[in-house]
Amino acid sequence: MNTALISALFVFVLASFAGFEVINKVPPTLHTPLMSGSNAISGIAVVGAILLAGTAQDTLSEVLGITAIALAMVNVVGGFLVTDRMLQMFKK
Amino acid sequence: MNLASFLPTGIELTYLVAISLFIIGIKKLGSPATARMGNVWAAVGMLLAVVGTLLQQQVLNYGQVLLGLVIGSVVGAWMAYRVEMTAMPQMVGLLNGLGGAASVLIAGGEFWRSTLSGTPLATSALISTLLGVLIGGVTFTGSLLAFGKLQGWVTGNPVILPLQRWLTAGLAAGTLAASGVLLLSPLNLPAFAAVLVLSLIFGVLFVLPIGGADMPVVISLLNSFSGLAAAATGFILLNDALVVSGALVGASGLILTQIMCKAMNRSLSNVLFGAFTATQGGTAGTGATVAGTIRRTDEEETAMMLAYARSVVIVPGYGMAVAQAQHTLRELADALEQRGVSVKYAIHPVAGRMPGHMNVLLAEANVPYTQLYDMEAINPEFERTDVALVVGANDVVNPAARHDKNSPIYGMPILEVDKAQRTVVIKRGMSRGYAGVENELFYKERTAMLFGSAREVIAQLLNEIKQLG
Repeated sequence: MNTALISALFVFVLASFAGFEVINKVPPTLHTPLMSGSNAISGIAVVGAILLAGTAQDTLSEVLGITAIALAMVNVVGGFLVTDRMLQMFKK
Repeated sequence: MNLASFLPTGIELTYLVAISLFIIGIKKLGSPATARMGNVWAAVGMLLAVVGTLLQQQVLNYGQVLLGLVIGSVVGAWMAYRVEMTAMPQMVGLLNGLGGAASVLIAGGEFWRSTLSGTPLATSALISTLLGVLIGGVTFTGSLLAFGKLQGWVTGNPVILPLQRWLTAGLAAGTLAASGVLLLSPLNLPAFAAVLVLSLIFGVLFVLPIGGADMPVVISLLNSFSGLAAAATGFILLNDALVVSGALVGASGLILTQIMCKAMNRSLSNVLFGAFTATQGGTAGTGATVAGTIRRTDEEETAMMLAYARSVVIVPGYGMAVAQAQHTLRELADALEQRGVSVKYAIHPVAGRMPGHMNVLLAEANVPYTQLYDMEAINPEFERTDVALVVGANDVVNPAARHDKNSPIYGMPILEVDKAQRTVVIKRGMSRGYAGVENELFYKERTAMLFGSAREVIAQLLNEIKQLG
């Protein structure tokens, strides 16, 4: 076990607690946008995908990387846009 | 050499800003007034994270990276603009699955890189890679199956394969064995492939026995998984942006899962494995047969009742959304309000096909969110309500949930429409709800049934009320 991994575990646990605190207060009205919005955020995997594709030195890594970027980007763009589309319908 | 060594400080700081924007964004998503802005903040955070990563000097293949970015963006935008609001659960399900798949590919890519260079991954990175493949794989196929079930391509009934328990146990043992082999010989490609294939099969077996009515729980849980899969890739790359974002999504999905389970008064294990016990334990209770007579009413009578009421509470169910009656329903509510009737909507947490789905469907029909009331807020008001109008909802208004211990829905929190002065139920026929139980609300003295398709009935009610002038 190395220190980098341990500190990543610390970050993970603390972020989970922060997440529980922030999200627990979201009212039921906004649960669907919350879900699609958090979906978009999980598209952060695109960062890993870019590192994979951007540093690839063989064809398979390239294909894996490009596919991963595309899939994660569908998540990001689709998630944020559809959330916005829903939220603009919520009116007083 | 692995990807973790490619992270200089400046870009780490960009990630820190991005993460902060995510958290602020989610916080703002907690209130209807600031929600749209919150979404924008989170999107800006994502843009920063992507740009920061592109600036890494080790990233050389810009053509390929841009190709992926463009394809994904175009497809994502197309989906976002094209999707019907009724199909939102499918869309979210599909996005969950794609997130899982992306994590699998990244974990696979990292493993492939290590075999190619002949330098094995460190044990900790290897464990993270295995987790990424496992969670991502289950999320991927599980979400695709959930999508198929919601879309109606796959039967919504729980499907139990013969010997499914043994199959699952065998798969689990196989996964453990393959993982063990991989930990002992970290460059063993067949063992890695075995874990991948097994996790994909796991995803299918996981969702197959879960019925259509439980999809809100499954979608929420898979949402959580997609976050955890992203967090696992964060552990592989030792990238805090991925770890934090993954943890946030994991927490969010888990909270929604809990809320959905509570709203159905079922434990998570009951939702996931209930189908097994049902087949094993023979017949699940279907509740007492209800004695009594049904009172039918017609549009004219109901229109009078509504028009001269002081307060009306509308209880929409998924049947209303399927009939696309929400727009006409809103017109009806408007017409009543013009006559001075107070109109509120009562929303049960599992009214739609995913958490908060009904609220979105009504928002699309321009119903102001201030008129939408949660179960806890509206239940004390039913006693003071003149007319409760139930449109396409069934199990969530069944009073048996309060007192009939033999009913499968016993203990489920319900909307207490039977406490209103009068209740009118608009329904196609006497068919049962998801739970397959008789609804004793329909036989109550103060209940009247208005049979017909929701859309036509409501349109006619609207007409009658307008004629009253």
